[in-house]
Amino acid sequence: MAKTPYAPPEQGALGMVIDALLILALVFVSLSAPLWVAQLRAPSTSAAVASADAPKPTWESLGQNAVMAAQWEKLGKDPSAAAVIINNRFDYAVNPVKLGLTAALLVIYYFFMLRISEREYREVIAEKFDR
Amino acid sequence: MSTTAPHHGINLRKVLGPIHVWGLGVGIVLVGEFMGWNFAVGKGGALAALIACWVIGLLYTCVAMIDSEVTSTVAAAGGQYAQAKHIVGPLMAFNVALYLVLAYTMLEAGNAFVAADLLKTVAAQMGHPDLDSRPFVVLVITSLAWLNYRGVFESLTFNYVITAVAFVSILVLFWGVQPFSDVSLLRHADLLTGLPYGWIGVIASLQFGMWYYLGIEGTCQAAEECRSASRAIPLGTMTGMITLVIAASLTWYMAAGLMPWEYLGQAYTPLYDAATLTGSVGLKIFLFVGTLFSTLASANGCINDAARAWFSLGRDRYMPPWFGAVHPRYRTPFRSILFLIPIAVVFAWQVPLDGVITFSILAGLLGYTFMSFNVVRFRQLWPLGSIKRGYVHPFHPLPAAVLFMLCLTVFFATFLGYADYLISILVFFMLASVWFHLHRYKFVKRGEQFTMPWPRPRGY
Repeated sequence: MAKTPYAPPEQGALGMVIDALLILALVFVSLSAPLWVAQLRAPSTSAAVASADAPKPTWESLGQNAVMAAQWEKLGKDPSAAAVIINNRFDYAVNPVKLGLTAALLVIYYFFMLRISEREYREVIAEKFDR
Repeated sequence: MSTTAPHHGINLRKVLGPIHVWGLGVGIVLVGEFMGWNFAVGKGGALAALIACWVIGLLYTCVAMIDSEVTSTVAAAGGQYAQAKHIVGPLMAFNVALYLVLAYTMLEAGNAFVAADLLKTVAAQMGHPDLDSRPFVVLVITSLAWLNYRGVFESLTFNYVITAVAFVSILVLFWGVQPFSDVSLLRHADLLTGLPYGWIGVIASLQFGMWYYLGIEGTCQAAEECRSASRAIPLGTMTGMITLVIAASLTWYMAAGLMPWEYLGQAYTPLYDAATLTGSVGLKIFLFVGTLFSTLASANGCINDAARAWFSLGRDRYMPPWFGAVHPRYRTPFRSILFLIPIAVVFAWQVPLDGVITFSILAGLLGYTFMSFNVVRFRQLWPLGSIKRGYVHPFHPLPAAVLFMLCLTVFFATFLGYADYLISILVFFMLASVWFHLHRYKFVKRGEQFTMPWPRPRGY
C-alpha cells in the first residue's frame, strides 16, 4: 500500500541558530570536563613544597646511563629539569568500579543508538520503497 | 537568513584522481609521524610503541579494506556518514558525522598547536623566548580555512605538494643519522630500556599508536568529488597505508635511537628534536620545514573533511539546512568551513596536546567500531552480486572481527590513563543522540535519506 511521505516542519531562523549554538555548547562543556577534573586533582601546594625540599637529582639517581645523560643535555635538560619528566609516571592500577561504569556507558550508548537507528531506518525504507 | 539550502542545485565538482586521494589521506595522517605518536612511548616505553605501531597498523589495514569496499559502493560526500545513512539508520549517521567532525577538528586543533609551538621553539632558540604562540594558532586555522573556502582542487593540490616535501624530510633525516654506518648516530643499545610498565604498558600504548595512521579513512570524504570513486578510493587508500607503514617504522627507528624514552614520550616535536640531536643545521632546518608542512597539510585536509561531514548534516537536515549550502562561485561548503573555525581555535588554545589528540583518537575509534558491524550488515542487506560494488574486500568477515576486537582493546588502552576523556566523550555522544532523536529527527525527510539506486535491503 502506498504511504504518504512524511512532511517535516520548516524550521525558522531562530530555531536554526539555537540548534547550532546548542550543539556548540554541548561540545565545549562536555569536552572541557576532563580539564576541570584535572584541575580538581592538581597536587596541593604542600606537596609542591615537599618536592622542592627533596635532594637534588643526579643522572645516576634518575637511572640514566652516560648516553642517556648526554642526550638529555643536548636537548637542553639538566638533571632537575629531566627529573620532572622522568618522575611523571602513569598509574595503571585499574579501579574496577570505574572500569565497569565506563564499559556500561559504552554498551548503553551503542545499544540505544542501534535500537533507535533500527526504528528510524524502517521508516526510511518504508517511505523510499513503499511509495 | 534562508531556511533551506539556497543553492540546492549546485553540486560539488568532480575533479579528483587517485593521487589527490593519496594526498588527502597521507596529508592528514603524515603529521602523526612528526608529533603525537611518541605519546605511545610515554605510556609504555619505546618497544611498546613499536608493538603498537604494528598492531594498530593491522587495525588500519582492516579499516582500509572495509572502507574501500563500502565507500567505492556508496560514493557520496560525507563518507562513512553516507554509509551509515544507507546501511544502519539516521541516528547512527548523525553520530558518525559527529565522529568525523570531532576527529578532524581536534586533529586540526592539534596541528595548529604544534605548528605554533614549533615557531615558539625556534624563536626561543634564536633568542626570543617570550614569543606568544597563540596568534599563530589563529593564523594557521584561518588561512587554511580561507584556502578551503576558495576551492577543493586548489586546496588538495597544495596538500599534495607539501605532503611530498614532509615525507622527503623523513627520508632525508633517516639518511642523515647514517643508520647502517659504523659512525651511526643511533644508540638503540644504550637507550632502549625494555618495557618500563610491563605488558600493561604495551596495551596502554595502543591508544597513541592510533596516531600513526588516524585519518587515513578520510580519503572517502572526497568520494563525491572523484572522477572515478571506484578506482580512486581503493588505490589512493591502499597506497596511502603503505606509505604510512614505511614512514612510521622509519620514524620509530630514528627517534628511539636518539632520545631517552622518557623525553621522547612527552615531546611535542620529536622529529625536529631528533634533527637537533644530529647536530646538523641543515637537517634541523629541513625538519623544521617538514614538521611545519606536515601540520599544515594535515590541518588543511582536516578542514576539508570536517566541513564536508558538517555540510552533509546540513544538507540532510540533521543539522540546520543553512549549513548545507554550496558557494555559488567556488562550489565549496563555505558555511560549514567557517562554522568549525572557533571550535578548532578554542581547543587548540585550552586543551593540552595529548588531550586534543585523545579526543581525536576516541572520535575515530567510535567510528571504526561502527565500521566493523556496518560492513557485516552491508553484506547481509545486499549480498555480493545484488548491487554493483567498486571493490570487494577479501576474507570477510575476518577483517571486521579483528577490527572489532582491536577497537575494544584500544578503548581499554585509553581507559588506562585517560579514562576521564573517554567518559566525557561518551557522555557527549549520548546527550547528542538523545537530542537528535527527541528534537532534530522531526526535520528529517525520511525517504530522501536513501539516495543510492539499490534494491530494497534484504529483511526490510
